[in-house]
Amino acid sequence: MSESRLERRFAALKAEGRGGLVTFTTAGDPDYDTAYKILQRLPEAGADVIELGMPFSDPMADGPSIQAAGLRALDAGMTLRKTLEMVRSFRAEDDVTPIVLMGYYNPIYSYGVDAFVKDALDAGVDGLIIVDLPPEEDDELCEPAVAAGLHFIRLATPTTDDARLPKVLTNTSGFIYYVSIMGITGTKAASGDAVRAAVTRLKGHTDLPVAVGFGIRTPEQAAEVAAVADAAVVGTAIVEQVKAGLGPDGLAGAGLVDGVIDYVASLAQGVRAARQG
Amino acid sequence: MTTPNSYTTGPDERGHFGNFGGRFVAETLMPLILEVEEAYDAAKNDPSYQADIDYYAKHYTGRPSPLYFAERLTQEFGGAKVYFKRDELNHTGSHKINNCLGQVLLAKRMGKTRIIAETGAGQHGVAAATVCALFNLPCIVYMGATDIARQAPNVFRMKLLGAEVVPVTSGTGTLKDAMNDALRDWVANVESTFYIIGTAAGPHPYPAMVRDFQSVIGREVREQMMEAEGRLPDSLVACIGGGSNALGLFHPFLNDQDVQITGVEAAGHGIPTGEHAASLTGGRPGVLHGNRTYLLQTDDGQIKDAHSISAGLDYPGIGPEHSWLNDIGRVKYVSATDKEALECFQLCSRLEGIIPALEPSHALAHVRKVAPDLPRDHLLVMNMCGRGDKDVFTVAEALGVEI
Ligand SMILES: Cc1ncc(COP(=O)(O)O)c(C=O)c1O
Repeated sequence: MSESRLERRFAALKAEGRGGLVTFTTAGDPDYDTAYKILQRLPEAGADVIELGMPFSDPMADGPSIQAAGLRALDAGMTLRKTLEMVRSFRAEDDVTPIVLMGYYNPIYSYGVDAFVKDALDAGVDGLIIVDLPPEEDDELCEPAVAAGLHFIRLATPTTDDARLPKVLTNTSGFIYYVSIMGITGTKAASGDAVRAAVTRLKGHTDLPVAVGFGIRTPEQAAEVAAVADAAVVGTAIVEQVKAGLGPDGLAGAGLVDGVIDYVASLAQGVRAARQG
Repeated sequence: MTTPNSYTTGPDERGHFGNFGGRFVAETLMPLILEVEEAYDAAKNDPSYQADIDYYAKHYTGRPSPLYFAERLTQEFGGAKVYFKRDELNHTGSHKINNCLGQVLLAKRMGKTRIIAETGAGQHGVAAATVCALFNLPCIVYMGATDIARQAPNVFRMKLLGAEVVPVTSGTGTLKDAMNDALRDWVANVESTFYIIGTAAGPHPYPAMVRDFQSVIGREVREQMMEAEGRLPDSLVACIGGGSNALGLFHPFLNDQDVQITGVEAAGHGIPTGEHAASLTGGRPGVLHGNRTYLLQTDDGQIKDAHSISAGLDYPGIGPEHSWLNDIGRVKYVSATDKEALECFQLCSRLEGIIPALEPSHALAHVRKVAPDLPRDHLLVMNMCGRGDKDVFTVAEALGVEI
């Protein structure tokens, strides 16, 4: 089996001896064109893996910032079909940076699972993170997606104990996403020691790269996590930069894209400064 | 679809009723959902748990609730003999207390120290706050900002009972958003917290568990009707928000093929206007709040806002067991508009001296449609699942009366 973009990227990070930066932005936030400009420039800013949020009206695991980003995108007319279109355009210019779609099941179920898997592969999507599909529901989307060649990336949390971890890791590929706190996105950050202990625990169960997220806001925090994990995931803090760049009319202001990209670049510098021992 | 031998064996071990139900939750919650399931399975087989429920049902809630022959409405309609199952007489004024007692006793068995709940009309919030006062547990109720405005009396009742009412402004500030925020709270507080879901929806085991707690309604009706008429009823009618009062009445009769069963959804301003809360009539299957069921949604799979004059029916989904009962054809689902419900709210008050909640006023609107054409020996039971004290402000406003 030939290596996927995700596998190649994590292998390259390992060879470089550093942890990676995984960025999360919402597709279509605050509008399609602005979101696409951000997406295009994420690799040059230093994003190693891109998570692209598929907006959903009822994101039950997300905090206020990502909820609001999804609603901005939906208000501006974003749909799942357009999210796939955005990935396809990106792929025409960048064939190396992995893209993982992240979201909730209903829009995919509504689109049709088989059609979605086919169209996502076609567009150049590398993996899926579907928050409300636990292993207990693997026959819904995970199994057909994996069979077709997409990675299915699962979240592991502090409540996922050693007895349950093997179940969560079954069918998981690409990487495992450790949610370092119990809670929704955008709340608090876990301590460095807690993250280190959790990564060690996960590594005892799997050879997959471990990305750690939830609550990372500063280059220093990103560096601290990237020093002990294979990657640091930053979402809420980036999405808040999008919001900060909105004009009084709620539309994208002139400096929005630069603001987001500069911020991502600062996170990337943090991650790169933290060499792994 | 083939007809099953029994309609009461569901759900399967994965929580499926046919293609509906399931456990669509984030990983953080999954271990806890499994723990709730295990604890409930153990409790069900423990006679002392059922004995506790029975004790409080009798001495605190006031069960059994009467089965009452609504003579003047029967005369008015001129057909079927109409009975009301008087769950509006329960302590706290609706059927919601049946479920809250069962769940709070489970939470205590599990050693949980904090209760959360979502509420639309506030009836479930009041019932949850009540059992939390009784068992000395802190209670946090999530309620949409829109609903807080239209159900002010219940908000104050919850506060009097010692609960904290958290206004939910996310999304559209109604019941579905309150449920989202309750789930978000639960994800952050899994160790200490038990989530008392108010209707027969959510991830497995909630739909089955809530149904079991509400089935006392139907079990009592069987006995009471045998006593009153010497036979089972011919038909059952109940309103549907998430569907818990309806399932409670229906479930013990599902295998009695001769009993016609009808659920009444809220048609709001009318199904063709798109402003309604009738998930089965106007929606299609999707996944929300932990289960697959019929949902009001856009072509892109985004959840739409429901509309109903009744806050308790204003939900874009429905419990998964109803979706299954609909698809296999065992239960018929119809709808009634805001206007019809308002008319029946007044009719029932004047003719029976019973001010019904706006929710069962929808059920009565359907009874008004069908009863005149049914024979006089037809025994119809409608679930009077709540009283209307909480709705007097809403109704006055709808009628243009200042109070
Ligand atoms: C009196 C009453 N009836 C019905 C409902 C709807 O819920 P369900 O369909 O679960 O019975 C509510 C909800 O608040 C209610 O207060």
